[in-house]
Amino acid sequence: MPNNTEETGMERRTSRRRSFLNWLWLGLGLVALAEIVWLVVSFLRPRKPRAKAGGFGSVIETGTVDSFATGTVTAFPRGKFYLSRLENGGFLALSRTCTHLGCTVPWFEKEKKFTCPCHASAFDITGDVINAPAPRALDVYRVFVENNVVKVDTSIRIRRTEFRKAQVTFPRKP
Amino acid sequence: MAIPNNPSPEKSGLFLQIWRSIFPDPLIPRSDQARKRYLFKNLILHFRPLTVPEKTLKFSLTWGLGGMAAVLVLLQFGTGVLLKFVYVPTPVAAYSSIEILQNEVAFGQLIRNLHHWSANLLVLIVFLHLLRVFFTGSFHPPRQFSWVIGLGLFSLVLIANFTGYLLPYDQLAYWAVTVSTGMLEYIPGIGAWLQETVRGGTVIGSASLRIFFALHTAVIPVALVILMGFHFWRIRRAGGLVIPRTPGEEIDEPPVRVATLPNLLLREVVVASVLIAVVILVSVFFNAPLGKPANPGLSPNPTKAPWYFAGLQEMLLHLHPIAAVFTVPLILATVLLLLPYVSYDSDSRGIWFASHKGRRMAVIAAIAALIVTPFLIIIDDFVIEPGKWLSGLTPEIRNGLIPIVILVAAIMGFYLMMKWRFSASNNDGVQAVFVFIVVSLVVLTIVGVWFRGPGMKLVWPLR
Ligand code: HEM
Ligand code: HEM
Ligand code: FES
Repeated sequence: MPNNTEETGMERRTSRRRSFLNWLWLGLGLVALAEIVWLVVSFLRPRKPRAKAGGFGSVIETGTVDSFATGTVTAFPRGKFYLSRLENGGFLALSRTCTHLGCTVPWFEKEKKFTCPCHASAFDITGDVINAPAPRALDVYRVFVENNVVKVDTSIRIRRTEFRKAQVTFPRKP
Repeated sequence: MAIPNNPSPEKSGLFLQIWRSIFPDPLIPRSDQARKRYLFKNLILHFRPLTVPEKTLKFSLTWGLGGMAAVLVLLQFGTGVLLKFVYVPTPVAAYSSIEILQNEVAFGQLIRNLHHWSANLLVLIVFLHLLRVFFTGSFHPPRQFSWVIGLGLFSLVLIANFTGYLLPYDQLAYWAVTVSTGMLEYIPGIGAWLQETVRGGTVIGSASLRIFFALHTAVIPVALVILMGFHFWRIRRAGGLVIPRTPGEEIDEPPVRVATLPNLLLREVVVASVLIAVVILVSVFFNAPLGKPANPGLSPNPTKAPWYFAGLQEMLLHLHPIAAVFTVPLILATVLLLLPYVSYDSDSRGIWFASHKGRRMAVIAAIAALIVTPFLIIIDDFVIEPGKWLSGLTPEIRNGLIPIVILVAAIMGFYLMMKWRFSASNNDGVQAVFVFIVVSLVVLTIVGVWFRGPGMKLVWPLR
């Protein structure tokens, strides 16, 4: 008992020292545990995917500007995206992954929309949601035009809530 | 038949010496005394108690469910290790290794079927075991923590099933796992991070298969063995199972005990044999499904989560994803974990459904859930469009917060009303709420599995 009057000063000092050491051990143990957890989690984290040239994760050349008619959607299965050419001539590279739970959305040419087979979300040609449950517009990839060739950088998928004009890439007038 | 227990080695032949060095005792003990010694000295049996309370042998206490779960887990280990000799965990080879298993390996199809059917049966049996433990009040002290360990075991069984589901790498596996891990993204804060860690990248692919395979065949089996050992040890430390009694009957202290061997062991062997026979019979006649090879470019319609997650998926059709995959499961898990730690009015250990009132209230709760849940599903699918008349609110509030608050308030109202109407103890009240929730989840699961067709529209199953 700490208040024991018969305890001598030395005993008290020893027990205090002992409890300090106990705390120190406990603290060191916790630090070690935290380090192990950190090590294991870092070990298990996904590595950067190595992109094959021309495959998903790299910059993909899709074709010349004129090979895409306005108001059409072209699938690029190896890059896992659709290239949309809007009516105004601009380009958008849409991820084919539904923003609801990740199914792959097919394009329906007749209805001019993407309809997800899993829970019936629908998206228009700009990737905007027409039908819930999808909570966000389809993700996009950066599109740029070099020497009249449309290129898509699939290394970074860009999340967005809805379609905005600024996301569209326009080919410069030759 | 007087075989001396430890014969001096010089006096017997070499064969007998070797035999006795392995089996010092007679193989079939004949007297009660010899049986007790046998049990105590046998490596495999010595962790069983020498005697058990006689009344706990009644089949209508346990229905043999805990023992069945243990047998099925062992069966999974046996068949799983065999599968591991053939299965190749890469996207390119996984599917064809299953085909080779089924078509070229002797008894390969049978082993796969056994693994498949006992995995699914295991979920059902463990769930029923949980119900029996709850409804016999076996979670009251000193067994509170056994309940918590049990919940851990239940989670492990679900994770084992889920990680196994991906392995055949057919369309069914690929998309069910895509959709199920897609749910993780909605967990606030860590969702995206967690999803990427579990998948080993942004989509299901070779990394996911590696991760799932390692979890399935190393991490989870080890965790299961450890937790099962812990589970059994706690049961023994509690002095065996709860002693069944009728409402009003006192707990008899100390209980009459009988020898474990042969009384308990014989019963266990019978239950195990019947169970294994049934599983083998099913596996001979019904093959585990195998769809087309996984194709990341083409989602089948409909794409469904595995059946044990179908209730969750059904909720996802009605509630905002954050509510369906985070808030509701969090509330349910908390309720389940805290169940044994509520301060109860009475000790209803060993009484089926706690009391006479408890039985009636449980039936009413079950009927209420059977009516309310389908009603809400139909209303939500065909009638209400909260988007129209609550359009000022964000979807999180409109489809998440508001329905949850209403549901929780309704359940609390139900609890208070039942308690007041029957002037019942809180044992009976909590039990009624438990029944209501469990029946609702079962209804959601049934709807998700059988009543959802293409585009997840409501359909009639037997057309
Ligand atoms: C792999 C899963 C499981 C196995 C192998 C297992 C095994 C067993 C066995 C063999 C028994 C004794 C016999 C019997 O009650 O049938 C038992 C009792 C018990 N189990 Fe489990 N169990 C599992 C899961 C669970 C779950 C999910 C819960 C609850 C959440 C649970 C809670 C309990 C409790 C509280 C007892 C003591 C019952 C009593 O004293 O009457 N177990 N378990
Ligand atoms: C409680 C324990 C276990 C459960 C619930 C379980 C469940 C499953 C399930 C549901 C599948 C998918 C089967 C199918 O195609 O329908 C599977 C596959 C597989 N499991 Fe297990 N498993 C368990 C333990 C083990 C163990 C211990 C191993 C090996 C060490 C193992 C190895 C495998 C292998 C190699 C496959 C792929 C073959 C196939 O899909 O048919 N499993 N497991
Ligand atoms: S995954 Fe596309 S609607 Fe659910």
